[in-house]
Amino acid sequence: MLGYVVKRFGSMLVMLAGLSVMVFLLFSVLPADPARLTCGKTCTPDVVEANRQRLGLDKPLVEQYAVWAKGIVAGRTFNEGQGAAEFTCPAPCLGYSFSQQENVTDLITEAVPVTIWLAAGAFVLWMTFGLTTGVIAALNRGRWPDVVLQGISLVAYSLPSFFVGLMLLILLIVQMSLLPYPDYYPPSEDLKKFLVTMVLPWVTVAFTSAAFYTRLTRTQMVETMGEDYIRTARAKGLAERTVTVKHALRAGLTPIVTAAGLDLGILLGGAIITEQIFNLPGMGRLAVESVVDSDLPVITGITLVAATFIIVANFVVDMLYMVIDPRVRLA
Amino acid sequence: MSTSTSATATAGSQTGEPILRVTGLRKYFPIQSSFLRRTIGQVKAVDGVELEVFGSETLGVVGESGCGKSTIGRTMLKLLEPTEGTIQLAGKDITGFSRREMVPMRREASMIFQDPYSSLNPRHTVGKIVAAPFEVQGIEPPGGVKKAVQDLLDRVGLNPEHYNRFPAEFSGGQRQRIGIARALALHPKLIICDEPVSALDVSIQAQVVNLLEDLQNEFGLAYVVIAHDLSVIRHISDRIAVMYLGKVMELSDSDSLYLAPRHPYTKALLSAVPVPEPGGRGRRERIVLAGDLPSPANPPSGCVFRTRCWKAEDRCAAEVPALVEVEPGRKVACHFPEPAAGEVSFTPSQPNGTAPA
Amino acid sequence: MSDVQPATASRSPYLELRDLKVSFATEDGLVRAADGVSFSLERGKTLAIVGESGSGKSVTSQAIMGLHPKRSAQITGEVLVDGTDIVSASEETVRSMRGRNMAMIFQDPLSSLHPFYTVGAQLIEAVQAHGEVSKSEARQRAIAMLDRVGIPNAARRVEEYPHQFSGGMRQRVMIAMALINNPDLVIADEPTTALDVTVQAQILDVLRDLQGEFQMAILLITHDLGVVAETADDVVVMYGGRVVERGPVNEIFTRPRMPYTWGLMSSVPNLTDPRGTRLTPIPGQPPSLINLPTGCVFRPRCQFSAHVEDAWCDTKRPDLEPVGPRHDARCFLSVSQMAALAPRRADGEEVA
Repeated sequence: MLGYVVKRFGSMLVMLAGLSVMVFLLFSVLPADPARLTCGKTCTPDVVEANRQRLGLDKPLVEQYAVWAKGIVAGRTFNEGQGAAEFTCPAPCLGYSFSQQENVTDLITEAVPVTIWLAAGAFVLWMTFGLTTGVIAALNRGRWPDVVLQGISLVAYSLPSFFVGLMLLILLIVQMSLLPYPDYYPPSEDLKKFLVTMVLPWVTVAFTSAAFYTRLTRTQMVETMGEDYIRTARAKGLAERTVTVKHALRAGLTPIVTAAGLDLGILLGGAIITEQIFNLPGMGRLAVESVVDSDLPVITGITLVAATFIIVANFVVDMLYMVIDPRVRLA
Repeated sequence: MSTSTSATATAGSQTGEPILRVTGLRKYFPIQSSFLRRTIGQVKAVDGVELEVFGSETLGVVGESGCGKSTIGRTMLKLLEPTEGTIQLAGKDITGFSRREMVPMRREASMIFQDPYSSLNPRHTVGKIVAAPFEVQGIEPPGGVKKAVQDLLDRVGLNPEHYNRFPAEFSGGQRQRIGIARALALHPKLIICDEPVSALDVSIQAQVVNLLEDLQNEFGLAYVVIAHDLSVIRHISDRIAVMYLGKVMELSDSDSLYLAPRHPYTKALLSAVPVPEPGGRGRRERIVLAGDLPSPANPPSGCVFRTRCWKAEDRCAAEVPALVEVEPGRKVACHFPEPAAGEVSFTPSQPNGTAPA
Repeated sequence: MSDVQPATASRSPYLELRDLKVSFATEDGLVRAADGVSFSLERGKTLAIVGESGSGKSVTSQAIMGLHPKRSAQITGEVLVDGTDIVSASEETVRSMRGRNMAMIFQDPLSSLHPFYTVGAQLIEAVQAHGEVSKSEARQRAIAMLDRVGIPNAARRVEEYPHQFSGGMRQRVMIAMALINNPDLVIADEPTTALDVTVQAQILDVLRDLQGEFQMAILLITHDLGVVAETADDVVVMYGGRVVERGPVNEIFTRPRMPYTWGLMSSVPNLTDPRGTRLTPIPGQPPSLINLPTGCVFRPRCQFSAHVEDAWCDTKRPDLEPVGPRHDARCFLSVSQMAALAPRRADGEEVA
């Protein structure tokens, strides 16, 4: 079992290394030329060439990668040997945004907590809601609660989040003025403003996801309720509630955990649309802004961080399998 | 089987060249570590088996789950690649044959599977299923494929008009008949039947067993019947190979085997079969084997049965007993075989764990 | 099974079914899975229900356990367990009786045990479902029971998961789980069908032993006539959802009075048959429970119906009539006609 964990952890590290190569390559072959982008309005080919040298873009790709990767692990120094222009970027250094005049790591570190709050809140909301309604639907299979829940979840699932978000914004904030215009404050600074701002984004993200988990949970429950061990549980004289939750739901949990882990991983990379709509300074909005500005170091950094979240989520899901299913643990 | 001429069939069956002969057959499945997929062990599903099947005879292969009987059936026709040993079918050494080289050999031997629900493609009509062998071989039977298929359906007791129906429209027993019709299409000399009736209801089993017997008499087929049900095996087989952990423990003609098993495992196995007659138990000594089957990945040294054998001595752990002829037409792999019929055991060793009921 | 009757055992049956009917509404029509099933069973005795798939034997057993969902199954008649009618009792009453008064052993022990919980947890849960028992006491009982059914190192293995046990050991776990609350009725639904024959012998031994010790009634559901002959006191033969014959095991095997029972026995190969004996199969297929034949449900497959006058078999449903001591059969043929048409080896030397 420990061997499995170590092996799985090792393969995660290998994947992360591979990922960094992929991300680096992807952005180095893009047509956008950072040397030109950092050149400003009065640009001459000489300046571009000078920039190229200053940024190290004239060096072979392998060397560029080495510098970049070393920066992540050990930090790096920009404009080395150029006197006053020289500055350091401490590890983990994901690069320097020349258009924002800031370290990419700092930009991301500012944005990540916002996204984490958004993802965590929405996650709790959609899992609670999805699991509950899924179980209710499964237990009433074919009867009206099932039909109603299935109908609602189908509609909810087919609504795009920009629609849900905008509708909530327009109805509850603009038209009915039930909530103030969103203005993000960290919970440590002003908890009330934080909650008031976050409630609609949470609902927006959770809305469509919950619908998916309602359907997934229902399918899983319907399947496990037909298993032989459920009949055994009933034959033992267990209460129906115990049979449902302890035996059926537990047995159907594996695919739900898989989906939930990956969804959470993806969401931590930024909820682009929701963050835009509700003016949340998270990863998604940072991504949009840096794309608009063609701020390559930031885009690269966000991509790397977002993909890292997914890989780590995958690892966590695999570890959870061992907790859930002894057959995996003891194999 | 060959009920009408059982005496001549059994006597005459062992003359001439066998249709199928396997020698030193081994099939190991690698156990791979989850890390780096290294092979860290082997499941010895079939571990050194010699068998011959002659024309018009039925060889029964019997044993409990994990004994390798199903693997052997599949390996014989190269549905699984043997790890070691040779397979001769109709005089040809097919051991190294490629998939393509095997195609013409499928005319010599075919196979019937256990589960009539999963061995037929649910999206193909019965006509298409039964005609598949013609198509694969590129054969146009005299009178056309449709006529040939309808004749086959008729022969196995199905309505030829049901040519265009799908497997789902048939019951389990009828589906098994479809499987038999398909196996019969190219008039093979040998059919390997892997648990041909075990998925069927009791009253239907007899129908299929009788059909197999009739077809054997009509076409002079040889069968290898693989089954766990000793009553069915006993009923259908001329000769029987008893397997345990990948090895043949005893090979004998059916009557002698049931009358006086010589291998302790055979004896235990037969004694465990409940007799469908009230009070029938009283007349037989029952041996309840202690413990579980050892893992085929790590079989016991020497005789593989010794860990559950009441006769085991030091020698059994040290020396692998060879499958040797102990009486004409009868081979046993045991250092201390049971006495032959009529012979009195001079060491009346009382089996431990025996519970004569 | 055991001839010893403890003084405390009552003579009244522990289980009694009176005209039990179970039907399910499906898209294709009403499936009459059990149609007027009646029989009774005393403590310390074993009753075998014999039948093929679709005969209604499993449906009947689940009705006794009250396991049919109320909204899909229509159930009428009476199932009296220790005097309580399972059919009319409240769901809570039936739940509290399950596992305590009556318990069940299923065919496939691997799929019948929860893969994610240890064997111990599943046994402890069974104990705690029926009374305020501390976890450590329940655990002790679990270990003792596992030990009793012949699981070596029970104290250690109680911490293991079902997949770590062999097939035979798993079935022992199932038996331990069924017996842990000392039920008076144990329903064993094909308990050895998924097992190898040597393991089957072990499991039947365990059941026999435990019955000797605890004097519970065993309802054995099986298609294996060998198992029936060796373990049952009485036999109920089911076909097409109804009881077609019932009686003491010796009567049923030596003097079957219903052509289906006789056909079943003649179609099974027997280890002791002389070589070359041809099997006598029952022709045709079991009936569809949605669309049963008129008259006798077995008539389309019956070889003897021509001997019945006025073609009654085609039009009238025969009743279950006495044909011998505690022996009833559902057939228009008279006892003497059946004896002449359907000889059994043990019946005399009349074998053809």
